[in-house]
Amino acid sequence: MHTALFWFLAAVSVISALGVVLQRNPVHCLLSLIVTLLAIAVMFIGEGAIVVGFLQAIVYGGAIMVLFLFVIWLLNLGVEIGPTGHIALKFFGTLAVAAMTAELMAFMLPPHLEVKYAGHVAGYGSIDSLSQKLFSEYLVAFEVTSVLLLVAVIGAVALARRTSASEIAQNADDSARRAQGAS
Amino acid sequence: MVPLPHLMALSAAIFAIGVLGFLTRRNILVMFMSVELMLNAVNLAFVALGSRLGTMDGQVIVFFVMTVAAAEATVGLAIIISIFRGRETVQADDLTMLKW
Repeated sequence: MHTALFWFLAAVSVISALGVVLQRNPVHCLLSLIVTLLAIAVMFIGEGAIVVGFLQAIVYGGAIMVLFLFVIWLLNLGVEIGPTGHIALKFFGTLAVAAMTAELMAFMLPPHLEVKYAGHVAGYGSIDSLSQKLFSEYLVAFEVTSVLLLVAVIGAVALARRTSASEIAQNADDSARRAQGAS
Repeated sequence: MVPLPHLMALSAAIFAIGVLGFLTRRNILVMFMSVELMLNAVNLAFVALGSRLGTMDGQVIVFFVMTVAAAEATVGLAIIISIFRGRETVQADDLTMLKW
């Protein structure tokens, strides 16, 4: 990755990440988040992780974010008006994050972290080399992940459907009344 | 080639912004988005380190993190919808059922 491209993407991702935190309209937060995800996806591709970069753009920037957008629209969320949250919480939260950032930077910035760049083998980051790893060394984890996804789907359906008896009864009442009104 | 500390510093910065959002925002959906930000920051660190070491393991872990994030988003959004149905709110401060 060219250094100029890195600085451009870094600026875009940090600014849009701040947009997620600072904007009041949830839809705008979400759009900022998508910009961040796409900038990081380009960075992945620049670092040689080509398949993962495209997966990031398609699965994250596409599917998961559209799910978020649908939920925001479904709940009909508007702009948050007035002060949100407690001032003390914001103050101490910002303080704690500043301390954490200082610690992370102190840990990550010294040059001792610079590992010796080994150079990429041919086909690094391709779907071929990724699936070779995935279906040999990480096979068990891969299978467990499929079970996790299945459980997540079942759990989501079980949570989101109306199950309580009173709601079902109320729905039956409503439809009966509607039928009466029609006749 | 971008120096590794630059990538790690960017990752740390995005992670910190995610933590900040999670701590200061009270809208559950925005808190969720902040969690996604943190996950992505760590993904970036994984890809950068894996690229420098010349191994694919970092990318495989990123793949798994994405899957878990998808599962987490599905279940989390379902929980948010079912909370909203009963209580008509998405503000974390209004949800005090488990509080004494």
